[in-house]
Amino acid sequence: MKKVLLAAAIAAIAGGAFAQANDTIAKVKNSGTITMGVRDSSGALAYTLGDGKYVGYHVELCQRIIANLEKQVGKKVDVKYQLVTSQNRISLVSNGTVDIECGSTTNNTARQKDVAFAVTTYVEEVRTAVRANSGINSLAQLGGKTVATTTGTTSVQLLRKHERAQNVNFNEVYGKDHAESFLLLESGRADAFVMDAQILAGNIANSKAPADFKIVGEPISVEPIAIMLRKDDAAFKKLADDTLKDLMKSGEIAKIYDKWFVQPIPPKNAKLNLPASETTKAAWATPNDKPAEDYAKK
Amino acid sequence: MSWDWQVFCKNTLEGTVEATCWAKGGDQTYLEWMLQAWGWTLSVAACAWVVAIVVGGLVGTMRTLPNSPIAVRIGNAWVELFRNIPILVQLFIWYFVVPKLFPSMRQVPGFLLVVFALGFFTSARIAEQVRAGVQALPRGQRYAGMAMGFTTAQTYRYVILPMAVRIILPPLTSESMNLLKNSSVAFAVSIAELTMFAMQAQEETARGIEIYMAVTALYALSAFAVNRVFAFIERKVQIPGFIVAGGTGGGH
Repeated sequence: MKKVLLAAAIAAIAGGAFAQANDTIAKVKNSGTITMGVRDSSGALAYTLGDGKYVGYHVELCQRIIANLEKQVGKKVDVKYQLVTSQNRISLVSNGTVDIECGSTTNNTARQKDVAFAVTTYVEEVRTAVRANSGINSLAQLGGKTVATTTGTTSVQLLRKHERAQNVNFNEVYGKDHAESFLLLESGRADAFVMDAQILAGNIANSKAPADFKIVGEPISVEPIAIMLRKDDAAFKKLADDTLKDLMKSGEIAKIYDKWFVQPIPPKNAKLNLPASETTKAAWATPNDKPAEDYAKK
Repeated sequence: MSWDWQVFCKNTLEGTVEATCWAKGGDQTYLEWMLQAWGWTLSVAACAWVVAIVVGGLVGTMRTLPNSPIAVRIGNAWVELFRNIPILVQLFIWYFVVPKLFPSMRQVPGFLLVVFALGFFTSARIAEQVRAGVQALPRGQRYAGMAMGFTTAQTYRYVILPMAVRIILPPLTSESMNLLKNSSVAFAVSIAELTMFAMQAQEETARGIEIYMAVTALYALSAFAVNRVFAFIERKVQIPGFIVAGGTGGGH
């Protein structure tokens, strides 16, 4: 809590103090370094192995972008990793502390006012995990049941809207983090855990008995997740987009996806078993940087 | 970085700004939600405070009883048990571990759990203060009670505790303020109090700084109000010559 406040305050002060140099390529050329914003537990998209090492699907895609950037500036670029949180990531990108954010940021219209996004590389579906023997197969069966979700996530608001729209009523319980929300489901305090599908898959893969749980039902929401860049930096956005579009065209991106979401991943060599969803495949087939609002049910 | 205090007037469902900052028809604005969360924080703290004072007073008194080694030991055990385990860990033991051992405990609502967890945790600290307060009194006070023909209970009721409580009012003030601030752990067992509101609302609105500032102000205001109430009580129960305010203490 304190850390978040401090980071937010520093980001706020820094935001005013930094000159907005929106030319990342020139900046990297001059300094010979680039700062990559990373997350420590955003499922297979970006996570830490400890010891200052960060890996994941988006981290790897960013490394591909940086490789092309090196070609363009004609020298080796030193990559610095900067841990960011949900609270400070936007400020740190817009004030120049972080040059490219490779975590799990949803591309939406509110954020597009402050930052830019590369083409969508992953489409997140918010779904429901239940105990395999619970007999629950759809959202409609959750009326009157206890539903767990995690404090400080968009899922809380999604559930609120869903209850309003469908006129159902859940008893919500809130875990203080994903691990605790999953414990609520595991210990029987909750009948379902509603969260991003890849977070559910990660928790199930790491649980004592993965076969006891399943992910069911239609997605409550669909959100494009993308690599975040500074606003009004057309040259760098083009370089990032071109790199990703080439990977999409050649089918290489599917291999990278498979490596993180289907094959065993470090440190525990657990498998997420989360093949690419149709919406993710569609985003690769026609690369775009549409915000979440365009994905909302019409 | 510009301020956006209008965020509190936004509807929590639509994100549209309500003209009056109060939503209609069963909806809620972030302001209403925050006030509701404040209510939860105060309720948790107030209920836990009652538990803490009652249990802490009893256990603290038990630890000073003459000629009852068993009661003293039970009191000591209580204090050491609840004082040496972090409050968040205690809460999780009540929430996850105890129901595993006694399935009937699963029916207990989170609110009660957090009230008792916080109450017991604070009771250990208050018990320690009560003991210190009683032992700070000159031994002659107890003998005077006996000389008057009081029973042990009467000695405590009419002589020892009224003096001891006056002595420990300042640390009790701090402890009560701590209890209010410690109530922020309640978010971990699904109580929608201020800390949970802050974490959730800043995610939904992306205006973390305004949200945290408002929540910080409410915590500070509540804790300061507790402080003032105790200062008032202290003034009201003052006995001339006994614990002179601002003086060098002591005295008869």
